[in-house]
Amino acid sequence: MEDVLRGMWVISYRELLRFIQERSRMLSSFAMPLLFLVIFGAGFNRIIGALTPGVDFIQFMYPGIIAMTVLMNSVMSGLSVVWDREFGFLKEILVAPIGRSGIVLGKAAGGAAVAVGQGIVMLILAPFLGVSLTPLLVAQLVPVLIVISVSLSGLGVLVASRMRSQQGFQIIVQIIIFPLIFLSGVFFPVNSVPAWLEVISKLNPLTYGVDTIRQLFLGKEIAAMSAAAGQGKGIIGVTVLGHTMTILEDVLIVVVFGAVMLSLAAWSFSRQE
Amino acid sequence: MNIIEVDELSRKYGQLVAVDKVSFNVAEGEIYGFLGPNGAGKTTTINMLCTLLSPTGGKAMVNGFDIAKQRSDVRRSIGLVFQEPTLDEYLTAEQNLRFHAYAYKIPKDVRGKRIDELLELVQLSDRRKSAVRTFSGGMKRRLEIARGLLHSPRVLFLDEPTLGLDPQTRHTIWDYIRALRKQSNLTIFLTTHYMDEAENCDRIGIIDRGHIIALDTPDRLKDALGGDVITLKAQNNEAAAAELKEKFGLSPSIQNGMITLSVPQGEKFLPRLVGSFQSPLLSLGVHRPTLDDVFLKLTGRAIREEEGGFKEQMKTMMQAMRMRHGR
Repeated sequence: MEDVLRGMWVISYRELLRFIQERSRMLSSFAMPLLFLVIFGAGFNRIIGALTPGVDFIQFMYPGIIAMTVLMNSVMSGLSVVWDREFGFLKEILVAPIGRSGIVLGKAAGGAAVAVGQGIVMLILAPFLGVSLTPLLVAQLVPVLIVISVSLSGLGVLVASRMRSQQGFQIIVQIIIFPLIFLSGVFFPVNSVPAWLEVISKLNPLTYGVDTIRQLFLGKEIAAMSAAAGQGKGIIGVTVLGHTMTILEDVLIVVVFGAVMLSLAAWSFSRQE
Repeated sequence: MNIIEVDELSRKYGQLVAVDKVSFNVAEGEIYGFLGPNGAGKTTTINMLCTLLSPTGGKAMVNGFDIAKQRSDVRRSIGLVFQEPTLDEYLTAEQNLRFHAYAYKIPKDVRGKRIDELLELVQLSDRRKSAVRTFSGGMKRRLEIARGLLHSPRVLFLDEPTLGLDPQTRHTIWDYIRALRKQSNLTIFLTTHYMDEAENCDRIGIIDRGHIIALDTPDRLKDALGGDVITLKAQNNEAAAAELKEKFGLSPSIQNGMITLSVPQGEKFLPRLVGSFQSPLLSLGVHRPTLDDVFLKLTGRAIREEEGGFKEQMKTMMQAMRMRHGR
């Protein structure tokens, strides 16, 4: 147990060290979410207007973009596992007396720390988009972002545990991870899309992560109002089988998903020599 | 006291037996070398002793810990330098060592001092703040040796420690290894396919095709050949070999168009040979036996022939293909 904790700390320590030294990665990780926010936000805001009284499209999308920043950067933490394998450093890690689950938890924790940091940086944009940001909201957001990013880092490490090349990892990210992110309701309310899309989106665990953040941002009043007005078709609060998810239920789904991913990743790691 | 005890250790990959019931002991403070061609099973054995690979049979103890059951204890007892570099090239030399110190739980009060000492030992103190990617191959290897020693292991494993390094750097690396042994009671286990390097070991296990075929001090291995090695080339090697057998009662062997044989006191034998030999000779030489001669004698092949030998590679490739199709 002590080996696992030490492993977790030392691996995540290095992840952070590496991240600080790669400034280009820091910049590029903001580029895509910003691009989406500016292009979609500016492009559609005028056309779509208010989704529900008091909520513009851009105010709807902004929490989604924060979720997306965290999701993408968390998954990318798996890339460092593949990188370490390609350059040999993974062997130094594997042979250290730290236990395989310590390695997986460390990679996930390091990746999550980076992702949460980036999510928080994205909060700087809030005032420009007419989104009010209170200390309480930030205090609530941080633990939620941590849960989401640890879960997704688990997915990233799981994928990476079987990948031999960075290209292979990038391909998996493009054919599995990106669709998961786009289908998680970052850009649209999952309650009011065509039925087939709705089903896929609601089966996607990431949807609940995105919804948690959105519920925190837009608040209880809007959630209640929008749910009442839409009869299960509200813009926030995912409705599954007639039941609208609360923040707690959303988080629970993400936690379970993350626990499964991390266990699978640890198992997958311990199986290889 | 034996710090490594290996008992009938085996490793199979499907049908292929990479290491076949290997047994040996290494005494504390010894420099023990595994000598053999590429693919003989050296790295597989080392990986098993380092707990990176599970054995498929047999048993081994390192520093009194079972390699299969007490992995973490084994790992804390050993330092490792692999064939290929395993440094984080984007971190500095010091950061690489610091990572290792945390991972191996080196107490805070000695951490900084150990790092300073080891950087000093491998003469990298002035480069401690430089990213490893700016280092030469020899510097990286030196840093890896420093890292392998950081947690004060009882055994240092070196897998082909000087592979791909220039002769001068190889020499420096060996100076470190010898200095280390003198300073502390460190046991060093290394693999190599360089003959001259193996000469530095206290004892050598010669390994071929998964078996240890000889195990002794370099001197005794060479003495067992029965004196000096004569190599000669004749216009007709078969005839010359027959004459050697008939006239001097020797047992020559023909390899790559050369006749080799061992005789006690080669310098004194040469005049006798030249004086009475009938077959026309093209070249004639005598040398003290090397480990290469030992390997040649034991296996009928030279180690050098197999280094990246095309035939051998084809053979293993064919074997692998046959295995795949056989299923």
